[in-house]
Amino acid sequence: MVSLNLVMVFGLLLLIAVRGLGHFWPATVQSIELAESDGTVSTLLGSIVDEEKVSAARVRGRGDYVPEGVEIITRYLVKSGNRDIAGADFSWVNETDIKSRSIPLDAVVIERDEWGNFYGFLTEVKHSGNVVAAGDATWGELQKSIARKTELETQIHRIEKKEIGKINYAMERLRLREKALQLGGKNDPEVFQRLGRDRVELNSRYNEFNDELANLYAKAGRDSITVTTVTGQTVELPVAKLVRAFRPNKMDLGDKILHYGAKVWEFISEEPREANTEGGVFPAIFGTVLLVILMSVFVTPFGVIAAIYLREYAHQGLLTRTIRIAVNNLAGVPSIVYGVFGLGFFVYFLGGNIDQIFFPEALPAPTFGTPGILWSALTLAILTVPVVIVSTEEGLTRIPRAIREGSLALGATKAETLWRTVLPMATPAMMTGLILSIARAAGEVAPLMMVGVVKLAPSLPLDGNFPFLHVDRKFMHLGFHIYDVGFQSPNVEAARPLVYATALLLVILIVTLNIAAIRIRNQLREKYNAAES
Amino acid sequence: MENALSDATERAEIRQRNWRTLKDRAFGWTMAVGGIGVIVAIVMIFFYLFYVVAPMFAGARIEQIAKYQLPYSGTDIVHLALDEYAEIGFAITADGRYAFFRTANGTPIEQGDVLDGDERKIFASASGDPNEGSVYLAVDNGRAIVVRPHYAISYPNDKRHITPSLEYPLGPTPIDLGIGDRGSIALMAANSSLEETTIVAATTDGAMIMTHVAVEESLLGDELSLEVNHIELPSIDYPLAFLLVDVDQRELYAASSDGQISYFNIQDKTDPRLLDLVNVAADGGTLSSIEFLSGGISILVGDSSGQIQQWFPLRDDNNNYSLERVRGFRAFDSAVNKLAPEYYRKGFLATDSRGNVGLFHTTAGRVLLVDNIAEEKLHAVSISPRADAMLSVTDSGMVSMHRVHNEHPEVSWQSLWGKVWYESRSEPEYIWQSSSASSDFEPKFSLTPLTFGTIKAAIYAMLFAIPLAILGAVYTAYFMTPKMRSFVKPSVEVMAALPTVILGFLAGLWLAPLIETYLSGVFLAFVLVPTSFVLVSFLLERLPPSIRGFVLDGWEAAILIPVVCLAIWFSLALSHPLEATFFDGSLPLWLSSEMGIDYDQRNSLVVGMAIGFAVIPTIFSISEDAVFGVPRHLTSGSLALGATPWQTVIGVVILTASPGIFSAVMIGLGRAVGETMIVLMATGNTPIMDLNIFEGFRALSANIAVEMPESEVNSTHFRVLFLAALVLFLVTFVVNTVAEIVRQRLRVKYSNL
Repeated sequence: MVSLNLVMVFGLLLLIAVRGLGHFWPATVQSIELAESDGTVSTLLGSIVDEEKVSAARVRGRGDYVPEGVEIITRYLVKSGNRDIAGADFSWVNETDIKSRSIPLDAVVIERDEWGNFYGFLTEVKHSGNVVAAGDATWGELQKSIARKTELETQIHRIEKKEIGKINYAMERLRLREKALQLGGKNDPEVFQRLGRDRVELNSRYNEFNDELANLYAKAGRDSITVTTVTGQTVELPVAKLVRAFRPNKMDLGDKILHYGAKVWEFISEEPREANTEGGVFPAIFGTVLLVILMSVFVTPFGVIAAIYLREYAHQGLLTRTIRIAVNNLAGVPSIVYGVFGLGFFVYFLGGNIDQIFFPEALPAPTFGTPGILWSALTLAILTVPVVIVSTEEGLTRIPRAIREGSLALGATKAETLWRTVLPMATPAMMTGLILSIARAAGEVAPLMMVGVVKLAPSLPLDGNFPFLHVDRKFMHLGFHIYDVGFQSPNVEAARPLVYATALLLVILIVTLNIAAIRIRNQLREKYNAAES
Repeated sequence: MENALSDATERAEIRQRNWRTLKDRAFGWTMAVGGIGVIVAIVMIFFYLFYVVAPMFAGARIEQIAKYQLPYSGTDIVHLALDEYAEIGFAITADGRYAFFRTANGTPIEQGDVLDGDERKIFASASGDPNEGSVYLAVDNGRAIVVRPHYAISYPNDKRHITPSLEYPLGPTPIDLGIGDRGSIALMAANSSLEETTIVAATTDGAMIMTHVAVEESLLGDELSLEVNHIELPSIDYPLAFLLVDVDQRELYAASSDGQISYFNIQDKTDPRLLDLVNVAADGGTLSSIEFLSGGISILVGDSSGQIQQWFPLRDDNNNYSLERVRGFRAFDSAVNKLAPEYYRKGFLATDSRGNVGLFHTTAGRVLLVDNIAEEKLHAVSISPRADAMLSVTDSGMVSMHRVHNEHPEVSWQSLWGKVWYESRSEPEYIWQSSSASSDFEPKFSLTPLTFGTIKAAIYAMLFAIPLAILGAVYTAYFMTPKMRSFVKPSVEVMAALPTVILGFLAGLWLAPLIETYLSGVFLAFVLVPTSFVLVSFLLERLPPSIRGFVLDGWEAAILIPVVCLAIWFSLALSHPLEATFFDGSLPLWLSSEMGIDYDQRNSLVVGMAIGFAVIPTIFSISEDAVFGVPRHLTSGSLALGATPWQTVIGVVILTASPGIFSAVMIGLGRAVGETMIVLMATGNTPIMDLNIFEGFRALSANIAVEMPESEVNSTHFRVLFLAALVLFLVTFVVNTVAEIVRQRLRVKYSNL
């Protein structure tokens, strides 16, 4: 039984790792000829991403033809892209239908902003509609064109997100200020004039950037390419919509490793594309880490104070014992219950009241009366505070009486004893508690679904606009990303490998947090052990 | 000099001592305040949940906000209604006049004759669906006019201003009802939609004539053209006292005062058919009032004994309709006088003949309030569209306006946990269906199927986890070498750190299809894996001692790892040939076609395995501690007395540690019950009640996660979800507390041994 448990644990980790990491490897593109039921032959260009053995009866049950006498057949899942042309970008192919397979060397895989990957062959590159490269030079020209487009896109992105984002934020603050003044009954015309002047200035800056943007967009729209699918259809694709193009069958190992590295980097550093099924998960990583940090800020002091009170100050009677058991058991209460509490109490009750009192100018649009990262952090703090309390208390209990009495005997007050001797010695226990609570918080999803997590957040909760940390904003989270992409995504096949990769990332994050914590704890323990002896 | 110096030092010392005492005190107080604050905050969770849930179980409350005398007698009123905000009342009197008045004080706003410049007697009147608002008035012996109040709302100076007016949806000309020479009009019932109107009139001669008006708007939208048809309904051999046409104009009920009700299908306006005839009167009473419940499916029947019954038509297997009594309310001692259904909910208001008023809800079977509001009989009563106000007029014309506080009538113990007979269902059932597209939908808040789902998940999870975790724990604690134990225990505990969202996603997207493909292999593995253990152990025993020497005591588990892998691989590899030979190639298909067992891809088996996986570390860790803590002298004693290690484990170790193992199982159960992400992702989330392992379910926790973000704040749905959370909270809290107490007892026991 133990061995079964072990097999399960490591098998699972291995499964996630293999599936998650395999996705970024540039797979060989095959051209597969299939015999259709009506005798014709169709061709499929794509890479095989999965295979399974099924009994012939099931395949027949789906209405597919399987030759007599075959009981078990292998099916391949082929990723053939071209969702805009073929309708579906994945298809299951029965082994018995395959007539021949070949590896076309010049097959091109193009990652796009929309419609998923394109599989086909490159024929020419155009600038403003004029062919500038065809034949052998095309590939080099395409790479140049994509590089140019990436450069332009960086500029566009900078203007859109940073500059215009800043202006929009300032405009919104102006609007709220104006409304607040009106609500407050202050009708000082001078102030309003000043606000008006500020607005005019912002508007003119906005228009400047807008012109620049239009200019950049026009530049980016210059290039296009002509490609043909394996069935001979010719399609023209604007380069502005391309992300990356590569020829997996021509790549050697070095190229593949470089490509792999680039893809992995994209995954952890970029924003998601295409309803979260492509691109990266950076906002989710950021959200998860920030959430955990915020939560730690709340949970540590409160948990420690409660533990000190319970152990050092409270009268050790039946009541304290009962409270201790109750606190202990709260750790076992389902996390969804905390989510419900967080939504009802923090978001609607506290948040609603905060809005009434401090942000009446923004109403009816809620500021804090809506799910956000602050409420999520508080909910998780409440969820994990019992863990901190229990382990801190345990640490306090373990400190030998002699040490306290020694300190008191030397004339120290109770506070000084606690502050100077007891608490430092209990730090490892507090750290343990904090680490355990972080490990739990990082993996919780159910309560977050109610108090602040979203599938796609327009902006990070931390940016360059005052007050920099926007605790009222919604955020993305790795765990929720797994749920959302894996189960709410319109294109499950395309999303699946990314979910594995995200899961791997989450596991790594949690294990790293755990290990880091254990290390800190061990170091502290050694330090204080040395002090004791 | 020296003195002064010591003085100064002394003073400084005193200052410092005071300062230190102050700091000490302040620290103590901070800790106390902070500590108590945190504990209060945690405990508050429970009270907050309770605070949100409690209003659901409070009854209704009414308070009088105005009372005044009408300029005419109450018995003159033929129709009474309120606007959306309960600011304006609308009354039509028997002499053909209408009036809009302020409900707060009775001040008239707008009044006139329903037929311009022509005061005339109303022969009969009927009210359509309250939501639609039309009133049908027989203005002479053979013609009727349709009127409807219209409230135009504007916001001058940010204040709401309502301007009422009277509309004539079918034009200002009365419509002929086709009575001809069949007597004079006695009763009328009608309803309208945008396209058509159906009016049924009964005459003093006992004939019933249905008038169907199809409305066609001209292209420009300014002119109405009406197509009027009459048809005589099958005659009825008892004197008619009540007529009702439902909101969809598909059903007609014709009742006598002694309780006979004929139920007609009038969907086909050229071929009305009698479907059923029942007698609803209980113990010789007479019918005193009859009204539709909102939605027009059920009828409410009040009788002279004070009883109110709910009936609705049911279709049997042969497509025959019959009227069925669903439930009854007995709240009054005297005859039921008026029934006023709510506009959107399945509740209604009723008055009796002694000035009592009652608030009821059909689904919940609740009598929410019975209160006396008048000395004499109430002639007319009206409930506001939002069901938050009530206007009543006594026979003598005394009007009173009441504010009604009745936010959550839908919920009762019975409707949450018991079987409820919902509208159009053939029998009482447990159903969870919280929302629907239509506004007059009957919400079905039965927590039973959800609780059932939670329990089902927990049971299957425990079936999977208990043997693995406990046997593993006993072995690890008792037989394993310390070196391997120091590696095994943390690695099983790593499982606990795995986020359940990952387990859920793997269960839903990887395990579920895998199990569907290799179903027979999975079951084979349940048999083969344990068998292979026994087989390998047996072989090990039989090995010549020279080879056995390599297998160290306490390292058996390591040897078994490849065996487990092999056994699982073997079972899965055998799966397809097995299914091909015995199950026509596919076990799931075979199950549904041959055995009639439905197979969902995301089923309880998958969930059981996934949640089992999630709770194994909890159970393992706690029971391992309990077994490890069994004092050595006990086992040594047992072994010394000649017991084999096996006998010692069974008879001494497990027995002594059983409370600890029990508490481990309880804590594991607590986790399984509250698990959310796994059940959300690995089941179909359909709230069905079926023990079948191959079907999904919907658990309380997953239900909260799915529906909470969409529920309206402070609605009944919102509070019911809070109740679900409270139930989860209480169940896990109690389970954990029991486990904790058992564990503490065990600790005391060990220290005594």
